[in-house]
Amino acid sequence: MSSLNPNKEKTVQSFFFMIALASILILLMISIFLFMEGLPILNHVSIKDFLFGEYWYPTSDPPDFGIFPLIIGSLSTTFVSAVLSIPLGVMTAIYLAEIASARFREIVKPMVELLAALPSVVIGFFGMVVLAPILQNTFDLTTGLNLFNASLMLGFMSIPTICSISEDAIYSVPSNLKEASLALGATHLETIIRVVLPAAISGISTAVILGMSRAIGETMVILMVAGGAAMVPESIFDPVRPLPASIAAEMAEAPFRGEHYAALFATGIVLFLFTFSFNLIADYISNKYRQVGDSTL
Amino acid sequence: MNTLLVMNSRFADIKEQTFNAIDNEGTCRMEKIVFPNNRLKKMIQTIFFSLFRCAATINALALFIVVYFMAANGLTAINWTFLTQPPTDAMTKGGIFPCIIGTLCLSLGAILIAFPVGVASAIYLSEYARPGKILRMIRLGINNLAGVPSVVFGLFGLAFFVVWMKLGVSILSGSLTLAAMSLPVIIGSTEEALRAVPETYREASLGLGATKWQTIYRVVLPAALPGILTGGILGISRAAGETAPIMFTAAVFYTPSLPTSPFDEIMALPYHIYVLATAGTEIEATRHLQYGTAIVLIALVLGMNIAAIIYRAKLRKKMS
Repeated sequence: MSSLNPNKEKTVQSFFFMIALASILILLMISIFLFMEGLPILNHVSIKDFLFGEYWYPTSDPPDFGIFPLIIGSLSTTFVSAVLSIPLGVMTAIYLAEIASARFREIVKPMVELLAALPSVVIGFFGMVVLAPILQNTFDLTTGLNLFNASLMLGFMSIPTICSISEDAIYSVPSNLKEASLALGATHLETIIRVVLPAAISGISTAVILGMSRAIGETMVILMVAGGAAMVPESIFDPVRPLPASIAAEMAEAPFRGEHYAALFATGIVLFLFTFSFNLIADYISNKYRQVGDSTL
Repeated sequence: MNTLLVMNSRFADIKEQTFNAIDNEGTCRMEKIVFPNNRLKKMIQTIFFSLFRCAATINALALFIVVYFMAANGLTAINWTFLTQPPTDAMTKGGIFPCIIGTLCLSLGAILIAFPVGVASAIYLSEYARPGKILRMIRLGINNLAGVPSVVFGLFGLAFFVVWMKLGVSILSGSLTLAAMSLPVIIGSTEEALRAVPETYREASLGLGATKWQTIYRVVLPAALPGILTGGILGISRAAGETAPIMFTAAVFYTPSLPTSPFDEIMALPYHIYVLATAGTEIEATRHLQYGTAIVLIALVLGMNIAAIIYRAKLRKKMS
């Protein structure tokens, strides 16, 4: 057996190394092709006008390519969804990791996992046909497809991400920390709030950022329930048109390699930069503030 | 001195309590500690814990509610014709057979490409890589790839596979795009499976004189195989449910014939739901078809996920 050529071992190892680089390669290719197709828009409009222009009328003559309302649309849906998903996600994580009986956990945990697996188009469809009419009637609105509906649906899409990563973080807090707190006379709740959560805070922050990153990049839900109006919303019940919705809705009609086509790719760049920086921040936090043993608390 | 006094008085309270802090599993069971002078604290704790419990229940219910509404409205649309016939009368009647075939083609194609690459990447990360700059870079790349929005994958697929590689709007372009997207899922679950193989397996094999590659190929991979396959199933289900990446790369509104080559364009379940629900001329009239398609997609995706979850739970029990 050991008569094998020792070079073969080296070859095998470098083979696997090359393949492991595939992910980085794909990421590079994504950036290259986004920029290649998107940058030509700068021949027609300046960066400032593109990012902060208030009008998005890509098909009128002359066209307006200002994605400011789209950026606001994305940020507002993400923010409102975070108001829902962060408390719900983190509280669920606390309950599952610290309080729940084994039986409750065995039932709820897979259900949260399955919630993450639901295709986004199905959640968008649910928002359209079930939630939208309810909202429209309850609040007497002109349309149930609006910022609020989209945020609600997005919230439930990012909860599983927030929940599962937070739960891992809470679960891995060393038990001697908890025992010490309890031994000093703290109640279980005090222990959770004063000891467990601070110790798990880096993991929970990572979870929150990744959850928001998922929300800002989510396409189908936004496309189907956000209402699609490219203007800066004034109320929570206004329709909006976030970045991904604009790309997905208009790409089919944009003339190949025309201005509109380039503008949509440039919108993609902006979206990519958003999620990319979210992920970098999450990665930074999870590495920098990692709880190692109980020494860093 | 003051502190000491306070503590003393606290201990006096505790003395009277039955202390049952460690249960038979050796884990800390804290809820049994009750302080008589802390009724208020106890009450607050109960309120908070019920709040947490509510949150957990809401999340579990969310899944149930979505599936319930789809099933309640969609199950009546499901029959043999619906599952085995193409759409007729300008998509207002008939079935979704081409969409089912299309989704199967796309997701199987994606997994055929992503599975080998993902498993090989995971083998490098878990078996060969040493901690350091390069490993950090690769991990960062994978994490970021997992975070790329699905519509950006769609743009990439359009610019790279469809236009630059001249594959056109086709099953191949769609599968390649979906493969890029599901790669992080497969890497993640394969790594977990490889980690779960006890270190003693590797040491025993190496100790018998096997080389590193022989150890991986003959010992580690067979032991991790069930876990790896579970990851593959999760990858397929992820690819099957995605819409945005195939919108510009593979899926079309309607095509009269079933695909005959990887270069054909194709109909797909998620895209079909989207088109019928938003772009058709008869949105209300085709509602039952939309629900029906949704329930088929849910059954397909959740079915695979449930199978993977049950299988994984069994594996974990066996391993521990």
